Amino acid sequence: MNQIEGEGYKASIDEAQQILRIEGTLRLNGLGEYVPISAMLSRLLLLGATPVLDLTSLGFLNSSGIAVLSKFVIEARTLNLQTLRILGAESVPWQGKSLRNLQRLMPALTLELI
Amino acid sequence: MVVEYYGAQVGLPVMSERLILSFSPGQLPLKQRWRNNGLSADFMGDYVTAFFPRDDGEPSTARRQAEIKGAVTYIANELLENAMKYHDESSTALIELTLEMGEDKLIFRLRHAVTIARLAVLREFIARLTASDADTLYMEQLEENAMSAQSSGLGLLTMINDYNADIAWQFESVAEMNWCVGTQVCMPI
Repeated sequence: MNQIEGEGYKASIDEAQQILRIEGTLRLNGLGEYVPISAMLSRLLLLGATPVLDLTSLGFLNSSGIAVLSKFVIEARTLNLQTLRILGAESVPWQGKSLRNLQRLMPALTLELI
Repeated sequence: MVVEYYGAQVGLPVMSERLILSFSPGQLPLKQRWRNNGLSADFMGDYVTAFFPRDDGEPSTARRQAEIKGAVTYIANELLENAMKYHDESSTALIELTLEMGEDKLIFRLRHAVTIARLAVLREFIARLTASDADTLYMEQLEENAMSAQSSGLGLLTMINDYNADIAWQFESVAEMNWCVGTQVCMPI
């Protein structure tokens, strides 16, 4: 599946570009409800050597979502990926605060806050 | 009544601005009530913007307003999610979330009934937090989460690490086998 939509959020994969875009507001209940998103994140890592996660339009993410993102980064690290780009937005306050921790999990990760 | 305190309890002058949300635990399944956390948290985030107005001639005021709104929405949502997950279902006591606004800080106070089993988990978390620094614990927790199906304590750790908040707790035995927990989150602004 290349796109999933739920109340207030959307996630879509562009296979050719190796980009997964997650947009909207994500505050699902626990890791269980995040399974479809986690599955898409895992798929992104299998598309090629230069995956990009675009979160620029993700206005809100709860701590369960932060746990899901950290799992994804650790998965990338385990796969020995040489690069992983995460795009964020300077204008979305949570991103500057919480995305930086992901870089500490995987030094090869580039975080670009636009 | 037995009361146990963990961490520094902070007070604000009586006249400080405050907003209180109070609701019954109710009988609806968790799944059906879950979206109310987001609605309430968004409301709290919007509400505080009145106290941090934007001045169109001064871009830093718009940034500050957005920062505070984002922080309030995040912290309120995490606290409400915790209340939903961990309140004692056998109790009819109300769940209450208060936001107090001071000159240089915001204080969130969450109060709800808890089971003795939940208190034990909280005591263990507080002991880990006291024995380690929050930053190390946070990174450890992220690594641990990758190996398990749980993400426990991460909400509180993000408040401390990403929002510079201090957290304190108050455990109150209101009757035999009947406990309430108060969680105070104090965030500098």
